[in-house]
Amino acid sequence: MIHKPFHRTHTDMLGERPAPLATVGVMGWMRANLFSSLANTVLTVLAIYLLWVSIPPFLQWAIFDGQVYGENRFSCKGEGACWAWLDQRIGQFLYGFYPSEETWRINLALVLLFPALAPWLMENVPGKRYLRWFSVFYPIIAVFLLVGGFGLTEVSTDALGGFTLNLVVGLAGIVLSLPVGILLALGRQSRLPLIRWFSIIFIEVVRGVPLITLLFVSNIILPIFLPADVALNSVARVIVMITAFASAYMAEVIRGGLQAIPKGQYEAAQAMGLGYWQSMRLIILPQALKISIPGIVNTFIGLFKDTTLVIVIGLFDILGISRAMVSNPDWLGLSSETYVFVSLFFFVVCFAMSRYSMSLERKLDTDQR
Amino acid sequence: MKMKTLSGIAVVASALLILTACDEAKEAAAPAPAPVKSATLDDIRASGELKCGINTGLPGFAFTDDKGNWTGFDVAYCRALAGAVLGDPDKVKWVNLTGKNRFPALTSGEIDVLSRNTTWTLSRDVDLGFTFVGVNYYDGQGFIGRTALGAKSLTELDGASICIQTGTTTQLNLADFFRVNKISYEPVPIETNEEARKAYEAERCDAYTTDASGLAATRSTFPDPKAHMIFPEIISKEPLGPLVRQGDDQWADVARWTLNALINAEEFGITSANVDELAKGTDNPEINRMLGTEGSLGKMLGLNKDWAVHAIKAEGNYSEIFERYLGKNTSLALDRGLNALWKDGGILYAAPMR
Repeated sequence: MIHKPFHRTHTDMLGERPAPLATVGVMGWMRANLFSSLANTVLTVLAIYLLWVSIPPFLQWAIFDGQVYGENRFSCKGEGACWAWLDQRIGQFLYGFYPSEETWRINLALVLLFPALAPWLMENVPGKRYLRWFSVFYPIIAVFLLVGGFGLTEVSTDALGGFTLNLVVGLAGIVLSLPVGILLALGRQSRLPLIRWFSIIFIEVVRGVPLITLLFVSNIILPIFLPADVALNSVARVIVMITAFASAYMAEVIRGGLQAIPKGQYEAAQAMGLGYWQSMRLIILPQALKISIPGIVNTFIGLFKDTTLVIVIGLFDILGISRAMVSNPDWLGLSSETYVFVSLFFFVVCFAMSRYSMSLERKLDTDQR
Repeated sequence: MKMKTLSGIAVVASALLILTACDEAKEAAAPAPAPVKSATLDDIRASGELKCGINTGLPGFAFTDDKGNWTGFDVAYCRALAGAVLGDPDKVKWVNLTGKNRFPALTSGEIDVLSRNTTWTLSRDVDLGFTFVGVNYYDGQGFIGRTALGAKSLTELDGASICIQTGTTTQLNLADFFRVNKISYEPVPIETNEEARKAYEAERCDAYTTDASGLAATRSTFPDPKAHMIFPEIISKEPLGPLVRQGDDQWADVARWTLNALINAEEFGITSANVDELAKGTDNPEINRMLGTEGSLGKMLGLNKDWAVHAIKAEGNYSEIFERYLGKNTSLALDRGLNALWKDGGILYAAPMR
């Protein structure tokens, strides 16, 4: 009997076949990510249910039933959101109490902000050197535009409000708190006791007090001690206090970065004959700051949101303006709409900061990881 | 080092206190000077603007119009005061104050007058060192309920559930009132005013209680305001009025008599429309004295003789101000109630101007 040869293996190549349906495409993705286990399946179903009960009614309220045009809240009929105040009050939300014929100055300052920031935030900017010089002078230009004088009509800083105030206080705080924070972080590690103790006391005292208390102190306690005719500008007071507050946190974030640098880096810098400032500037800080980017941006985002606290000293940021608006009898009871609008505005700004920091981290990622 | 700074401040502060005390003693000892002197009044004239503390936003009392100007019942008083002192109601610097920083702002001199729905109490008047110049709005705790309940007064609310804000005097007043009147009720405590409003709207309670002036504002936000009624009873006293720092009596007089002028103007029928006509002289000596065509009331106050004319021209007399910001034709739709003139059954009673 002749046996057919018994093959344990294929003698010829098998044809290509598509992967099982359950592992590719939409089905595969859902299986791997949404329904991989019983617990995950339950969570997925729950999440879909929650989205289903919350999102459609919100969209229905905010968009489909929402009403954008109108004179006052009485012109809003029906169940939906009343956005009519956007039509009437958007100027106040953007510019606060700034005289309407002068708002071009705020717009101009905002437009000039982009060339001032570009050389620091982006890599390939034409004419980088000149733009850097421009950004050094930008704060003076911006203050001149906003406050006036020298030919422009003078506008009291009390007129600053709305989005403009958040931006002015937030940006000034961010730009000032980073260098101050770096100096405090270095000071805390300094070998000179006077500098070290000053830094430690400053950081611990400021960090141990809520920002709202600092703002009250700046607004209530200081005027009692100062002579009556020394009127400190309230916006300047807020910027000083917010900067002090943020730089104390910033110092600790950067100290974390400094301590993560291996000792060998410090020693190598010394071995090359670099002095203190040179080694900090060329070797230590670039590495330490790179490690600290998430923490730094975290502090920035916190600072930006803290600008809403200025309401406690009677300044009207975008949140304060919205509260003042809903106490107008024409717009009573629209708090939900204004809060949604304000939170959307903060989300856009903070999310942009967060995305930028992530792209910066990727760009600088030359690590041994 | 810190201690040294602190003690330094303390030394300087006490030295200042002693100095000011000496000044006051000297002034008290001297015979009353012929032309009246007021530091606050001089400062306002020198800077050309009245610094007025107002709310950061309260329906009817202080709010922004579509152009970003502050208006409202409390705002109107400061505009009248600026009219009386400076002759121009627009020369006011608005300082918006929260419940927390309103008193320090007045103490430190950041503002000249506080017109921010502040209740006149003994401790504020005496202990905090302020002078209340009068009452421009008699407020009190009130109730709102559904018309469908059929109740006409609070005493008919037996067994009703009532939404209240926790941790406020409102809650205590409520308990007291219902105990004294032997009525049972079911409290529904809620954290914030806005939530309490929403809870009432969602029919979690039959009635809802807060300051009466706030109730009207609340009612106007309901889809059908007519379906809700504000009960006639007011169960607590909240006399709201403007106040100034203690120690400058001349300035307090100016602030007090500006308020009185607005109330008396209503009594005499002087309005923003006819004040210019009446200021030319009338047969009524009371009107003539007030508007400066007879006597020297303005000079006594250290003001121009037509001070009251400018005060009334700013926003009108008391009634005009009330009707414009709080009255029947506004969405707050408040009754004059206690705030009617004494002749009309209210308790608004200004001292005579002679």
